[in-house]
Amino acid sequence: MELLAFGKTGWGDELFYATLMTVAVSVTAMLVGFLFALIFTPLKLSKYKILNFVGNFYTTVIRGVPELLVIYLLFFGGSGAIMYVASIFGYYEYIEINAFITGAVAIGIISGAYSTEVFRGAIQSIDKGQFEAAKVLGINKFGQFYKIILPQMLRLAIPNLSNVWQITLKDTSLISVTGLVEIMRQSYIAAGSTRDPLFFYSFAAVLYLMLTYISMKLINKLEVKYSRGY
Amino acid sequence: MDFDLMITSFPKLLGATVITLKLLSASLFFGLFLGLFFAILRLNKNIFINKFAYGYSYVFRGTPLLVQIFIIYFGLGQIEYLRSTVLWVVLKEPYWCAIIAFTLNTGAYTSEILRSAFQTIKPGIIEAGKSLGISNKIIFYKIQIPIAIRQSLPAYGNEIILMMKGTSLASTVTLMDLTGVAKYIISTTFKPIEVFIVAGGIYLFMTFVIHNVIKYLEKKYSFQQ
Repeated sequence: MELLAFGKTGWGDELFYATLMTVAVSVTAMLVGFLFALIFTPLKLSKYKILNFVGNFYTTVIRGVPELLVIYLLFFGGSGAIMYVASIFGYYEYIEINAFITGAVAIGIISGAYSTEVFRGAIQSIDKGQFEAAKVLGINKFGQFYKIILPQMLRLAIPNLSNVWQITLKDTSLISVTGLVEIMRQSYIAAGSTRDPLFFYSFAAVLYLMLTYISMKLINKLEVKYSRGY
Repeated sequence: MDFDLMITSFPKLLGATVITLKLLSASLFFGLFLGLFFAILRLNKNIFINKFAYGYSYVFRGTPLLVQIFIIYFGLGQIEYLRSTVLWVVLKEPYWCAIIAFTLNTGAYTSEILRSAFQTIKPGIIEAGKSLGISNKIIFYKIQIPIAIRQSLPAYGNEIILMMKGTSLASTVTLMDLTGVAKYIISTTFKPIEVFIVAGGIYLFMTFVIHNVIKYLEKKYSFQQ
């Protein structure tokens, strides 16, 4: 137990902050993923073949390639790519992207592919009559989406989005390879310096279980909220 | 684009794919039996057996695969007692540790897939078997299992693909699988995009093959023939 003490003697506070870091990265990655989904869902639903292809290419490649490979691509290629773009604008200094951003974007790209599929499925399962009725009532495009399609879509999407959240949360453990100090990395450091890997990795597992348990409880509440009237 | 690097790294990556496939097939093979075992426990009416099986799948589905590998590879070696048993022959090899972790992980997911498949079997089918005087054992092996397998094919196909991606984590415990070799080439040449295209292409090809094999099986074993 003294291994988990707060302060200088134990690893309690370090692991506490690492847990917060995991939550922060997961939330950021999820939001980045929504941003990607916002771009690619319309592409997948588009009438145009070429836009369809772009949307499908994104979801197929990301869902078919290991997460670790995507992370390595961004970790080793990220600053190179940014520097290349910067050099076009005449900026030649060395740019280093911090591990948090690399990690959140890498996991965001992955979770975005799953979110895109969820949103596509949800929109497609809304009755066509809803779109037509909204049009007939003369509601403008923004109102159609925001007031009529989105609430119905969320009800259908939330159970699947909760799966995406679980995947995202667990995937953040992989960015420990880039050196970002989240639960996994902190456990690695603690295990290395105390030579007690069994304890620290098991404790990491408990922390992850706790996070998935709490988030499930919260998501269930959301589900109830968006299923009013059903 | 460095096409020479792409061409020279292709055979190396292809060689590493063999390890990826070995890891995948071994863990799927053992995982299927483990999953079936725990799915049967989940359907047991005894609350302790039931809860035990639920706990197993909850823990392994609720924690990252990386933690599971680390606990088995780094953690178990710490127990002095284990080092003196026969198990140590297996546990000191990263290859077997990875397979054990993958098996336990895929077993948890598979047990959930099979459980829900068993539960969706219409009671009428089992009743029909009973009224024909077929013994419970034969109903289970000859009626319930084949139907459950058919029911769970689409979900199991997804699980195979997820597991294939999961094998990339073997590279974190020093195994040189496809991702391990890809990382090595990237870190020595600093050409991530080229290597990503080749390695990613190999992974995508495997996904494509698995996807189509499952599709074929689904068609072959569909109820409407």
